[in-house]
Amino acid sequence: MLTLLFDGIAYGMLLFILAVGLAVTMGLMNFINLAHGAFAMAGGYITVLLMQRLNVPFLVCLPLAFLGSALLGAVLERTLYRPLYHKPHLDQVLFSIGLVFMAVAGVDYFIGSTQQIVQLPEWLKGRTELGSDGWMLGMGHYRLFIVAVCAALTVALQYLLTRTRFGSQLRASVDDQRVAAGMGINVNIVFLSTFAVGSGLAGLGGALGAEVLGLDPSFPLKFMVYFLIVVAVGGTSSITGPLLAALLLGIADVAGKYYIPKLGAFIVYSLMIAILIWRPQGLFVRKGGK
Amino acid sequence: MSAQSSLLNSSRFKAWEPVLWLLAFAAPALSPSHALIINEIAIVALFAVSLDLILGYTGIVSLGHAAFFGLGGYVAALFAKLVMPDPLVGLAVGMLAATLLGALASFTVMRGSDLTRLMVTLGVGLILLELANKLDWLTGGADGLQGVVMGPLLGRFEFDLTGQTAAYYSLTVLLLLFLLLRRVVHSPFGATLMAIRDNRLRAMAIGIPVNARLAASYTLAAAVAGAAGALMTQTTGFASLDLFEFHRSADVMLILVIGGTGWLYGGVAGAIVFKLMQDAISSITPQYWTFWIGLFLVVLVLVGRERLLRPWTWFKRPSGGGKA
Repeated sequence: MLTLLFDGIAYGMLLFILAVGLAVTMGLMNFINLAHGAFAMAGGYITVLLMQRLNVPFLVCLPLAFLGSALLGAVLERTLYRPLYHKPHLDQVLFSIGLVFMAVAGVDYFIGSTQQIVQLPEWLKGRTELGSDGWMLGMGHYRLFIVAVCAALTVALQYLLTRTRFGSQLRASVDDQRVAAGMGINVNIVFLSTFAVGSGLAGLGGALGAEVLGLDPSFPLKFMVYFLIVVAVGGTSSITGPLLAALLLGIADVAGKYYIPKLGAFIVYSLMIAILIWRPQGLFVRKGGK
Repeated sequence: MSAQSSLLNSSRFKAWEPVLWLLAFAAPALSPSHALIINEIAIVALFAVSLDLILGYTGIVSLGHAAFFGLGGYVAALFAKLVMPDPLVGLAVGMLAATLLGALASFTVMRGSDLTRLMVTLGVGLILLELANKLDWLTGGADGLQGVVMGPLLGRFEFDLTGQTAAYYSLTVLLLLFLLLRRVVHSPFGATLMAIRDNRLRAMAIGIPVNARLAASYTLAAAVAGAAGALMTQTTGFASLDLFEFHRSADVMLILVIGGTGWLYGGVAGAIVFKLMQDAISSITPQYWTFWIGLFLVVLVLVGRERLLRPWTWFKRPSGGGKA
């Protein structure tokens, strides 16, 4: 029972790190980016390849995955995404689906379609159990590690957004792009760095999640729905919304698959549709936004 | 030209339209070896035309249109297997099921932004995929539904391996539903749909019942998509989870965009181009065909989907502004 809850939280935290970049870019640029999972996959593959071929230790791979995907994100933002900010949503959807298809087929071609396995270091493999039978809490060390990393990142992000100068520039650009630009904020740079950080976080999430979620070329398609659920349900105006939505989704998914395996992902999708019909703008939306 | 005659003009049959249909109907007889691909093109065209009604005419971006396609297909196949093998009754039952689902699902597309609609349509498609996967006692699960034997069409024409009957069957259904939709989009009802697409607020202000119209067009599109799905399983004698897959919804959107949205022949033209392209490319690289679709989509959007298919506009400057 508690173990399930814990696993759900770990899963939810992971989803949050994967999807938070998407939440910010969608809120900031009003851009429907279905290709976000491709950046996560890039991070995952960077980790796997570095570990398997060059024997780089796991902990070193994580920052590298972040940097690699952030770089990829920055390059794509500058070259491909920027011309599309003001196109209709249909164009954005088509474009990002196209990117996903290319990423899936490209990875398949270069690396192969088999599931990749991450060799965790020894100290992350164990499992600690607390309490007695009724309320036993079993925590896999790796999941504990995920929760710790993601919690630290969440706090850091929250700090970055609310306390720093960059954060206030970003929030100003989200609220009103034109006025922000008029105030002398270089909106393009803000966009570019936000997109890069968002992609980097997705890459880090992909690297962390490679062991939990599995990593194969169809990753961006399989998890695209989950990222979008987090963003659509959580709303795009803050990072607490997506965080709560991700935790809810993680717990609902783990519990649903454990208690009613027959129904599988069914619960999650029905829940999402119900929530979106009830609150079309997302569950946790600040009043009076745009 | 008076306003009335210019309005009527757009709905009048052009000289090339009967020619096109005659050619389509002559094609399976002229080259019997291509009857199978003609059949597929007709089905995909019907599917794309149904998406055009909600995407091109009503302005709903849907990523879950395969839900109706798959439901129509599965219901028609199950009906043939469990109740009776007559194809026309099966087609009607498949359409009916898709219509009911469409009417139910139309409540989900009335509110919210593009993102919300994208998510709920996608969600409906995924739920059906999950259902078809888990109800394996009924649908055969991941193995697909096998052993569907169709009876002869109208009691006379057997479905054979060359696909002649199948091609004529699909073409006839395509023609009938196409004419129906053509009538619908050129009617005052169709005009209100376009008004909703262009500006929902103004449409509401001049007294158009927006929600009722959205529901009606979504349901109609679902019925037509269900017919396409039913044709698919009836002519192949097989239903699998592939009918519900995400890439099917994405493909049909691509098809429609290739041919042009907001124009019923766009779906037909797109289907012909797409299927021939798929046939050509996948005979070269069967496994990585999606890469080329992806590349095509990216280029299409970056160049501008209005311009790629009209080569004579490539060298003109884009005529300033537009509605962006």
